Amino acid sequence: MKITAKEKAQNLTFILPALLLFTVFSLYPILRTFELSVFQWNGIDKDMVFVGLAQYKHILFDNPQFWSSMANAGIITALALTLQNGLALLLALLVTRNIKGENIYRTIFFLPPVLSGIVVGLIWKFVYDGNFGILNHFLSVIGITGFADYAWLGNIKTALFSVAVVHMWKGFGYGFIILLAGLQTIPVELYEAAEVDGADAWQQFKNITFPLLIPIFTIVTILTILGSMQVFDLIYSMTNGGPAGHTDVPITKIYQYMNNGEFGYSTAMAVIFGIVLLIISFAQIYASKKLNYNEK
Amino acid sequence: MNIYKVKKTIYDSLTHVILAVVAITCVFPVFWMISSSLKDQTEIFTKISLFPETWNWGNYVTAFVKADFGQYFFNSVFYTIVGVFFIILIASLAAYAFARLEFPGKNIFFYVLIATLLIPIPGVFVPLYLLLKSLGLLDSRTGLLLCYISNGLAFGIFLLKGFFDELPKEVEEAALIDGCSRFGIYWRIALPLAKPAIATLVIMNSLTIWNEFLLALVVLQDKAKMPIQRGLMVFQGTFITDYPLLMAGLTIATIPIVIVYLLMQKHIVKGIAAGALKG
Repeated sequence: MKITAKEKAQNLTFILPALLLFTVFSLYPILRTFELSVFQWNGIDKDMVFVGLAQYKHILFDNPQFWSSMANAGIITALALTLQNGLALLLALLVTRNIKGENIYRTIFFLPPVLSGIVVGLIWKFVYDGNFGILNHFLSVIGITGFADYAWLGNIKTALFSVAVVHMWKGFGYGFIILLAGLQTIPVELYEAAEVDGADAWQQFKNITFPLLIPIFTIVTILTILGSMQVFDLIYSMTNGGPAGHTDVPITKIYQYMNNGEFGYSTAMAVIFGIVLLIISFAQIYASKKLNYNEK
Repeated sequence: MNIYKVKKTIYDSLTHVILAVVAITCVFPVFWMISSSLKDQTEIFTKISLFPETWNWGNYVTAFVKADFGQYFFNSVFYTIVGVFFIILIASLAAYAFARLEFPGKNIFFYVLIATLLIPIPGVFVPLYLLLKSLGLLDSRTGLLLCYISNGLAFGIFLLKGFFDELPKEVEEAALIDGCSRFGIYWRIALPLAKPAIATLVIMNSLTIWNEFLLALVVLQDKAKMPIQRGLMVFQGTFITDYPLLMAGLTIATIPIVIVYLLMQKHIVKGIAAGALKG
């Protein structure tokens, strides 16, 4: 069937709403971010002062708070990569072995990822409370004394780690679900053959499960990095970056600068942070491409 | 019982112990939230007990009526229903066009769309704030909804296009010859066939919008328009010590999403997989 130019133009109406919304509310703000980042501007004054890359330079070389927020996000990410993904893998392996009640465990482990960051943050803030939080009570019941009035989120020694624990609590079920889906694609015959050959559980894991799971594990790894670097709701609701910036992460900093009316500076920081995340995203594409090749 | 069976029984029991401990750790904070929402303030401050001494259901009445959680709740319901409806409508129209129709600029637009899936969102809230301000949509329901809808489009188009691509073309061609319009084919044939993909998108976007906080924080100041996640933070800033009420608010914000999750698990897991492997 031949398509006339008129028909082609009519077909445009199908994408017009998407095109319009997308251009105005997604594309334009992305481009505007770059523009704003080279101006010093508080969002109110008529004059925007062009400063070139000065704000970038300041963030990169004279803003230790930005770097410590990156380091905090880095620590949260490192903990999530090791402890959270390790737990997710262990649980996925345990559940795959024809365990009774698999569905119940799966349902429960995926409950925290479904809850909102604000709800999770506020529940845990209550659990962690020094005076009437249940955590300290629980510790004293099992014989660990010395935490009677300890404020986990208020102390610079434990605040970041306490926040990271909640982040991992919320996130491990997500990795668990993806890894479980990956494990279920491995043919049972491989294990049966290995058993006939006398391979023990560890050898089976090392030679079958692990190599076949690498592509999925790569994806889980990258999703964990992206998710952990962008943590915001949890931090905002539990500590808002405190005590004294010890739980600040890049997005809380970007938000704080915006809230202080430093619009240009805030966007420059957003661009730098965005580039870091973009590099991670490209790693994801690269990894999933590799995954596709492996399947073929 | 032979040694193999004994070994298996021990192994299985150990497995169940580990799984059960983790499961309890997952559920307990949620249980604690609900239990605390039924206590009174004195009990929270003075003693720790698994269940409330007296069950203060009245906390929920107070939360709904006096602490504005009723208002926040219905705002969230409104944003979720309207947002999801327009995401599905607009994304499915565009996805159908990308899968089946010819139009100028088709490839460029599609690549740009997919590219933005990779661009991280956190950076854009300053320009978004300025944009809404200049459009007079700051602190408005419409402004927040437009952000939600446009955020959901790229992934929706991507997923539905993949689905429409797979549908056999024969039925549509027959309908076209019978004089059915392109829009008629989209509406009567393609859309009903895409139900499974649409169900996944409805659930995923409902979860996203119901749980969204950052945009609501940037866009809204007026309490009357706030969704529940934003309302919770306002409440916790204003009435810092009223824990039973706060916990009642948290429970109100959680119950709908947990019900949706329990009913729709299959679609959620499917959506997660689609999202994870989107690259």
